[in-house]
Amino acid sequence: MTQLALVIDLNVCVGCHACVTSCKEWNTSGSAGPLSDFNPYGADPTGTFFNRVQTFEVGEFPNTETVHFPKSCLHCEEPPCVPVCPTGASYKRKEDGIVLVDYDKCIGCKYCSWACPYGAREIDEQQKVMKKCTLCVDRIYDLSLPEIDRKPACVKACPTSARLFGDVHDPDSEVSQAIRENGGYPLMPEWGTQPANHYLPRRKTKLRIHEDELVRADNPLKIEGRLPKPALSEPSLDDVTSW
Amino acid sequence: MPTASAPLREVKKTTCYMCACRCGIRVHLEDGKVRYIDGNPEHPLNQGVICAKGSSGIMKQYSPARLTRPLLRKPGAERGEGAFEPISWEQAFSILAERLAKIRASDPKQFALFTGRDQMQALTGLFARQFGTPNYAAHGGFCSVNMAAGMIYTIGGSFWEFGGPDLDRAKLFVMIGTAEDHHSNPLKIALSKFKRNGGRFVSINPVRTGYSAIADEWVPIRPGTDGALLLAIIHEIIAQGLYDRDFLVRYTNAGQLVNLDERSDEFGMFLRTEVPEEEGCFDPQNKLWWDRASNKPVITHSEGCDPFLLGEFKLADGTPVKPSFQLLADRVKDYTPEWAEGLTGIPAATIKRLAYEMGVTARDQKIELPIAWTDSWGKDHDTVTGNPVAFHAMRGLAAHSNGFHTIRALAILMSLLGTIDRPGGFRHKAPFPRPIPPCAKTPNTPLAVKPNSVLDGMALGWPAEPDDLFVDEAGKPVRIDKAFSWEYPLSVHGLMHNVITNAWRGDPYRIDTLLIFMANMAWNSTMNTEQVRKMLNDKDEEGEYRIPFIAVCDAFQSEMTAFADLVLPDTTYLERHDVMSMLDRPISEFDGPVDSVRIPVLAPTGECKPFQEVLIELGTRLKLPAFTTKEGARKYRDYPDFIVNYETEPGSGIGFLAGWRGRGGEKFMRGEPNPRQWEMYAQNNCVYHHELPRSYQYMRNWNQGYLDWSQRNRITRYAEPILIHLYSEVLQKFRLAAQGKGITRKPPEHLKQRIETYFDPLPFYYEPLEVQATDTRQYPLAAVTQRPMAMYHSWDSQNAWLRQIHAHNYLFVNARTARLAGIDDGDWIWVESQWGKVRCMARHSEAVEPGTVWTWNAIGKAAGAWNLTPDANEAKLGFLLNHVISEELPAGQARISNSDPITGQAAWYDVRVRISKVSPGETAETSPQFEPLKPYPGQEERKSLWAYMKGAVK
Amino acid sequence: MHPAFSVVFLTTLIGAGQGLFLALFTVESYAAFGLLPGQDSRFYALGSAVALGFLVAGLVASFFHLGRPERAWRSAAKWRTSWLSREVIVLPAFMGAVFLYGIAHHAGFNPLLATLPSAVPVRLTFLLGMGGTLLAFALFVCTAMIYACLRFLQEWHTPLTVINYILLGGASGFVLATALSARWAPEVAGLLGGWAMILTALACLGRAASLLRNARLKPKSSLRTAIGARHPRIVQKAQGAMGGSFNTREFFHGRTPGFLRQVKWIFLVLAFALPLGLLAAGAAGAAFIVQYLGLLAERWFFFAQANHPQNLYYQGVS
Ligand SMILES: Nc1nc2c(c(=O)[nH]1)N[C@H]1C(S)=C(S)[C@@H](COP(=O)(O)OP(=O)(O)OC[C@H]3O[C@@H](n4cnc5c(=O)[nH]c(N)nc54)[C@H](O)[C@@H]3O)O[C@H]1N2
Ligand SMILES: Nc1nc2c(c(=O)[nH]1)N[C@H]1C(S)=C(S)[C@@H](COP(=O)(O)OP(=O)(O)OC[C@H]3O[C@@H](n4cnc5c(=O)[nH]c(N)nc54)[C@H](O)[C@@H]3O)O[C@H]1N2
Ligand code: SF4
Ligand code: SF4
Ligand code: SF4
Ligand code: SF4
Ligand code: SF4
Ligand SMILES: [Mo]
Repeated sequence: MTQLALVIDLNVCVGCHACVTSCKEWNTSGSAGPLSDFNPYGADPTGTFFNRVQTFEVGEFPNTETVHFPKSCLHCEEPPCVPVCPTGASYKRKEDGIVLVDYDKCIGCKYCSWACPYGAREIDEQQKVMKKCTLCVDRIYDLSLPEIDRKPACVKACPTSARLFGDVHDPDSEVSQAIRENGGYPLMPEWGTQPANHYLPRRKTKLRIHEDELVRADNPLKIEGRLPKPALSEPSLDDVTSW
Repeated sequence: MPTASAPLREVKKTTCYMCACRCGIRVHLEDGKVRYIDGNPEHPLNQGVICAKGSSGIMKQYSPARLTRPLLRKPGAERGEGAFEPISWEQAFSILAERLAKIRASDPKQFALFTGRDQMQALTGLFARQFGTPNYAAHGGFCSVNMAAGMIYTIGGSFWEFGGPDLDRAKLFVMIGTAEDHHSNPLKIALSKFKRNGGRFVSINPVRTGYSAIADEWVPIRPGTDGALLLAIIHEIIAQGLYDRDFLVRYTNAGQLVNLDERSDEFGMFLRTEVPEEEGCFDPQNKLWWDRASNKPVITHSEGCDPFLLGEFKLADGTPVKPSFQLLADRVKDYTPEWAEGLTGIPAATIKRLAYEMGVTARDQKIELPIAWTDSWGKDHDTVTGNPVAFHAMRGLAAHSNGFHTIRALAILMSLLGTIDRPGGFRHKAPFPRPIPPCAKTPNTPLAVKPNSVLDGMALGWPAEPDDLFVDEAGKPVRIDKAFSWEYPLSVHGLMHNVITNAWRGDPYRIDTLLIFMANMAWNSTMNTEQVRKMLNDKDEEGEYRIPFIAVCDAFQSEMTAFADLVLPDTTYLERHDVMSMLDRPISEFDGPVDSVRIPVLAPTGECKPFQEVLIELGTRLKLPAFTTKEGARKYRDYPDFIVNYETEPGSGIGFLAGWRGRGGEKFMRGEPNPRQWEMYAQNNCVYHHELPRSYQYMRNWNQGYLDWSQRNRITRYAEPILIHLYSEVLQKFRLAAQGKGITRKPPEHLKQRIETYFDPLPFYYEPLEVQATDTRQYPLAAVTQRPMAMYHSWDSQNAWLRQIHAHNYLFVNARTARLAGIDDGDWIWVESQWGKVRCMARHSEAVEPGTVWTWNAIGKAAGAWNLTPDANEAKLGFLLNHVISEELPAGQARISNSDPITGQAAWYDVRVRISKVSPGETAETSPQFEPLKPYPGQEERKSLWAYMKGAVK
Repeated sequence: MHPAFSVVFLTTLIGAGQGLFLALFTVESYAAFGLLPGQDSRFYALGSAVALGFLVAGLVASFFHLGRPERAWRSAAKWRTSWLSREVIVLPAFMGAVFLYGIAHHAGFNPLLATLPSAVPVRLTFLLGMGGTLLAFALFVCTAMIYACLRFLQEWHTPLTVINYILLGGASGFVLATALSARWAPEVAGLLGGWAMILTALACLGRAASLLRNARLKPKSSLRTAIGARHPRIVQKAQGAMGGSFNTREFFHGRTPGFLRQVKWIFLVLAFALPLGLLAAGAAGAAFIVQYLGLLAERWFFFAQANHPQNLYYQGVS
């Protein structure tokens, strides 16, 4: 069984928000759209987004990590948002594990959003239906797009390729390998939702310089004669004493 | 939910301009409206990725802040009110042409053209020169000229458009003072590859955000002290012998002997042999080494000779001499890590470790590429060697008044490590490297400015000595911004940040017409914003505006447009032709020159007209020689026609675009105009990429093959080697003049001391000028800004999506610092410098050095500007730090620009402030506030609900 | 959570309606077992009408909660998995039962269907009442389980939620019945009043128990598990949207902790202490009004107190 998902590499995410607006841009005119914006040119502008990038500070100065943290629907394997939906508008697809909302069925009761511990769903305040990341289901299977474009908009956009996309049930997929090899983890595992999306943690590269690496036979200072030889004419003990 | 999208009707390729990075994009159109913009996977720069801004192009294109009609200030309305009436283009042109024709016929300097974050300096510069005015520059002076000048005067190339770190092969990457930079997407692509390949990434920055966030190590530093850090690292590198001696000997002036006879006019200059000096601006190879074997002076690079780098020698005539490397070693002797710790706040042990990491990685992880090449002295090399330590630095170094020397120190460190134009280090991008300094020169006399004549020289250039300065007999500046004067001799990009103040004060003189293109000089690109806004609206005793006529070309309702007498509505990047030309700042790659174009994908909105067309039309009406035939008739139909057919000189075969030249498009760089050139660009992703042969891709300063190629293609005039200037004779020449030596011009008395101090041929550390002039007990904190990745300067607040990410800004304060000042997270506070104060909200942070406060740049806006409602977050909660930054510093009785004394680089990041909680009951909104702007005629009404669906509001 | 007034009214109104119906049927059962003299059927009919009124009002309120009320009919689809769907089915069923029960009483159509061995007569209204009672309890369970089944909302995820919905609804219904009986069936006022006091007291205990429980809850999720960084000190600097979003509107009450504490004491007094006193003083009408107001406060508090783990992701802007 296929379970499509995103794997987000916090080790390279620089918090650029490309995934945020490219998602909005693709989806607002796509089958999920429009994603409305209220007060777009006034006080407290607010709109529907499927993906947000947040920033956290971890630790205290000077040992601070700044963590940029993109978050969209995690396409849980046990999605608590699905069974609670009274209309069946929220559903998880058998064929690829994508959790979707059928906008024609949704009554906008928001109950599914209450059932999502991750805050991944956002109601569209204009259409009054619940929306969320679709994993760009209207791109990834679209045969009219060239193969390299059959990817979620955010994945395509991401300049650091911090967003990987693939089947987390296929052990040989890029995403499964990335999870395995880099300590990929799910969010809030305590709720048993089994998010399909995973995050890769920060990994540090350190360098250790050994003291003896500083002194070397070919140290250029030796060539230079660090202490230049005095001229023969300079005064020495020979000028003042004769044992 | 359907799984197949409706077929996208049309995909057009062009080049993004939501920022200066210039990525290739694909614009997907449906029913003539933009449906989606994504990165062009076939584009060499961004390889298919796109950024937050680029993805929000739709909201720029359809923004209600767009200007759509030419506007004339209403009679009786004050500047700044933004009360306009629409006029026709014909009226606009005749107003301008009439005014400019008069100026040109009397005194062309009365016309000043300054441009902001544009990418068409080749055309604007050409226009200004043809007009005959010296008063032209782009934004470089207030942007990062220190970075350009500091590196180009040292290694003949620089970062951003000119070159960059080779992260493909680097093992250690040190990024200093960079938040986002121009090379946005490529740098991100490279950084992540670098990290995934196991490279080690160190970021030196007072603040940890963005790129620094993913650094393996964050080294917090006190602003303005990087010079100390770099000099201490150099100290350690030399003390431990971790420099690349072979590289220094052959490719830098390390071994060249400097005359140390203090009585001589040649003091501090290199000794030269009698080799006849050739005409030109390059660095003739006629200097001396002290040969180790023969213990005698020899001509540099003599076969079989190897110079002493350290030591002290006497010539036969008794002249004391030292190799310049010895002078450098002397210079850094006292710059110990312990000394630097006190200034930078970085522990000495960390500084040493950084030096060792750099030195040992460079030395022990060498890369050898099997690429044969020949150097300038005829020696064949079988391989290209790389020392895989790469650096990148930007405005964190540049935007300080000690930046030039700091950046020289950085370039010298990079050279000591042997990383210049080598794999894994720094790599040039065509048309760089260039001779040190590059050949372009300004005139050096006011006589170059004559009525009805083309300016006799370039408006901007690269002075090599005092005689190159653009001053009059008395040493007074010729330019309105005082660039190339004794105040800032190497101000190679001008000083746009002082133009308004100087013109207002009439110092050095008053001007008549100021044309501003694409710069928001009434807001974020000016310091001392509140006063500058008053200057723009100020009148003299006769009731005449101090700056009589201001024309502004912008695409949006910026704060600046409100101060215009005449507003020229520009097209957006999706609506016009543009070129990213080799004559300007192309998008070249390490492996060879690349230029690119924009081709319109949409028709202009309303009556918008590309500024290029405006210039060509004006040039034609003014009968400027480049735009008219001998008979005075129109030469170019329009801008695309101009681009195809213009040649730098008749028959030169050099034009704006390097690709597909020659009748049939078979030539590149040089060749006759090709009438189908635009089509060919269109068919090729709007890019022309010339990949150099592998053997020309490295060591280009001294790569004979490359230099000959570059000379053949007229990228440079000379094919001489470009030796790295560890020791800068150029600077010494100015110092000698200040000391009254030599036959060159001498600085005026009041500037002698300044020149003598700052024109030091070797880098040295001094406190930024503003800090020297500040009581730091009163104003203890450094205040800096940085770029948010999802916003471009002031111009994205009109973008409905981006402004949801940054609607207003906070001042980030280290939590401990804030608590000591009694400031809670989220409190309203005053930020005060000795120049002014601004009210804003504080945010506690652990990711900022305790002596620094910072905010995102240019988020705060004037009420009503950008067609936002007057109560928008930007105007009420957001703030502009520029209110506390001064464009001038006191200098005795007079005032001098708050800039680097060498380059005139605006010292944005030198200001010192104090912070305090507002008094109880104070209004919870930012201060200062300005009278809200009203929408202009022709602007679309702003929606309160925007449900964008292929352009339709559903 | 952000207490939506539609839901506050929905749950309190139908709770009172359900309780009232249970009170009516209690009286009828007492009568059937001969513990009380039979009541005038007008009392049952009128009582049912009032109960139905509350239920309809609750239903109307619930529509205000829906973005797309015109599609409300769809919401019965997922009764196998969704407590909300079940509620949507049980509520009208219960309303139907109440309606039939009232009509039967009103029409006096109440044939004897059987007689139990203990000579207790089983009449139609009794059977309808039994059915209604089952549905009333089912509805309590459905309503309560909508909240109690959400395991991340730890404040709700407890049997106490179900118990309290039953007790609070029951109490308010019995108080209301007491008030109604004062007018239409004074002879049962004592009985109802007694039960009303008992239920109010029990509800008070139940609610106090849940308050105590919730006060001791330790959130299972933290920023550590939310973003997966193992460090005790994590602070959000930006939530990715400065002008607010659905997430900041739907899951935050937007009030200070002090305000919440005040509401808690207000509802403890209004929903329990005062009504008990008023009932004892025989002022059942006043008791109901006060208690209902108290329950509105209680329900507001019920939502506001629930701390959704998603809030971990929405704590700050910059
Ligand atoms: N405090 C502080 N101030 C700073 C800086 C800082 O770091 N701190 N940075 C400085 C630097 S490096 C720079 S480069 C400057 C930048 O300062 P500016 O060059 O003034 O940049 P913008 O504010 O973006 O203004 C550019 C103008 O161009 C307009 N524009 C956008 N697109 C088009 C177009 O297609 N055509 C035309 N005609 N106009 C267009 C915009 O509407 C805007 O009014 O800011 C400087 N100011
Ligand atoms: N998204 C986006 N991209 C942009 C722009 C934009 O507005 N938005 N602007 C473009 C322009 S015009 C420019 S010039 C470039 C500028 O590109 P950058 O130079 O990357 O931009 P700044 O924001 O000025 O970043 C300066 C960095 O230096 C740090 N800093 C400040 N003082 C010091 C110091 O003394 N020492 C050290 N080590 N660090 C210091 C600041 O914390 C900040 O991180 O970006 C370009 N790219
Ligand atoms: S993240 Fe939330 S919305 Fe997405 S599947 Fe999981 S529970 Fe459902
Ligand atoms: S809001 Fe829509 S999708 Fe969510 S539970 Fe209600 S009906 Fe289902
Ligand atoms: S997968 Fe598609 S819908 Fe989901 S966050 Fe990415 S772009 Fe948005
Ligand atoms: S686009 Fe990539 S790097 Fe940028 S915020 Fe999203 S995940 Fe991070
Ligand atoms: S980096 Fe600049 S040019 Fe590239 S996509 Fe983003 S805004 Fe456009
Ligand atoms: Mo800049």
